[in-house]
Amino acid sequence: MKAAAFAYRRATSVDDALDSLAAYGEKAKVLSGGQSLMPAMNLRLISPELIIDIGGIAELRGIAAKGDVLHIGALTRHVDLLSSPEIATCAPLLSKATAHVAHPAIRNRGTLGGSLAHADPAAELPACMVALDAVIVVRGRTGERRIAAVEFFQGIFQTTLSAEELLVAVELPVAQKKSACFFHEFARRHGDYALAGLAAQAVIEDDVFSDLRLAFFAVGDRPVLAGAATTLTNTAVTPMLLSKASEVLSKELDPQDDQQASSPMRRHLARVLLAHCVATLLGRPELRGGGV
Amino acid sequence: MTTPMTISLSVNGERVDAQVLPRLNLADFLREHLHLTGTHVGCEHGICGACTVRLDGEIVRACLTLAVQAHGANVETIEGLSDNGELADLQRAFRDRNALQCGYCTPGMLIAAQDLLKQHSEPSREQIREHLSGNYCRCTGYQAIIDAVEVTARLRRSRVA
Repeated sequence: MKAAAFAYRRATSVDDALDSLAAYGEKAKVLSGGQSLMPAMNLRLISPELIIDIGGIAELRGIAAKGDVLHIGALTRHVDLLSSPEIATCAPLLSKATAHVAHPAIRNRGTLGGSLAHADPAAELPACMVALDAVIVVRGRTGERRIAAVEFFQGIFQTTLSAEELLVAVELPVAQKKSACFFHEFARRHGDYALAGLAAQAVIEDDVFSDLRLAFFAVGDRPVLAGAATTLTNTAVTPMLLSKASEVLSKELDPQDDQQASSPMRRHLARVLLAHCVATLLGRPELRGGGV
Repeated sequence: MTTPMTISLSVNGERVDAQVLPRLNLADFLREHLHLTGTHVGCEHGICGACTVRLDGEIVRACLTLAVQAHGANVETIEGLSDNGELADLQRAFRDRNALQCGYCTPGMLIAAQDLLKQHSEPSREQIREHLSGNYCRCTGYQAIIDAVEVTARLRRSRVA
């Protein structure tokens, strides 16, 4: 199908985009890479009156590490994340995850900001933001808001972003020496949306997790920061403890049923991911089958 | 503003000026305005890869790109890449290996494969599979396509050596 008719404006600056958003509100949609927006429009799932193309706004581009904070502009494309040495060093979880996002032709246009604002619960990057404890920076005409990723995602395609605000950047803590990350997802075809996935960021000291953030995706209406992680933190992980954490995880998830996978299947896959993650991060292969 | 907008771009090295509605995607612009029908339209929502073209040197989905977004850009289609000979050896390998049957996916498949070969002179079969994972073929079962890309990489390496 083809997109319905709409008006189109090329925004020249963030302020210019915000003026258009203020004028049109819910009737406008922001176009960055268009790799989620255009399919939705072609399928007539949405028919905005105005498309505000922010693709040419230079101030929304760029990746820069300042002290212990990594700043990533909203228009940073997936391909930029994949090829960036700063990302590989300061946020390796993002490099790993982005390789799973769709296909090369999509990654050449899709943007970080677009993916986060779209908030597909099966998408990789929102989960990474939750695992990395990112701050999402949004701007409106009255000023800037800084929102913790875990608060930002509110449901299927829902965020705390208002119709008159623009997502401009994210800020991540730079990975420390003792930090480690894990990313894996199960999908029908490489690059498809996951049936279940896990983005995890940890700090490991003396073979013990002193911090562990487990962000599961495609198993709820938003990325799920699993409480089960506390079971595994600041203690020596035994097979029995992993089983217990797996039980806790199973109870806290309420995955959806759809034509791709049933709810019990997604829950099972999440438990498999938990065991793989713990075994990989701790370098203990014997835990790989744990708790499932 | 739902009225036509003026765009100016380069298509296969030729300057094109046109009036287009904002809703027109790049694939339809190429096919219907410029009659470059080698860019195929399959799913129209970014899944199948039949509409793959090059935009400023990078492969993109023409169905997920608006013609107005290509203003000022350099677009290359299968027609341009065939005429200039860039894909000749890859096309020959596709023919030799029966890497196409109906041919619907072939232009997109060739452009995506060439994109990989430009980045990696010695891709593994797994890398080829991964790079082409966004291009559907409903005839061949993919093995012959992967063979053709692999053999082209090998022949290009031997030519350089």
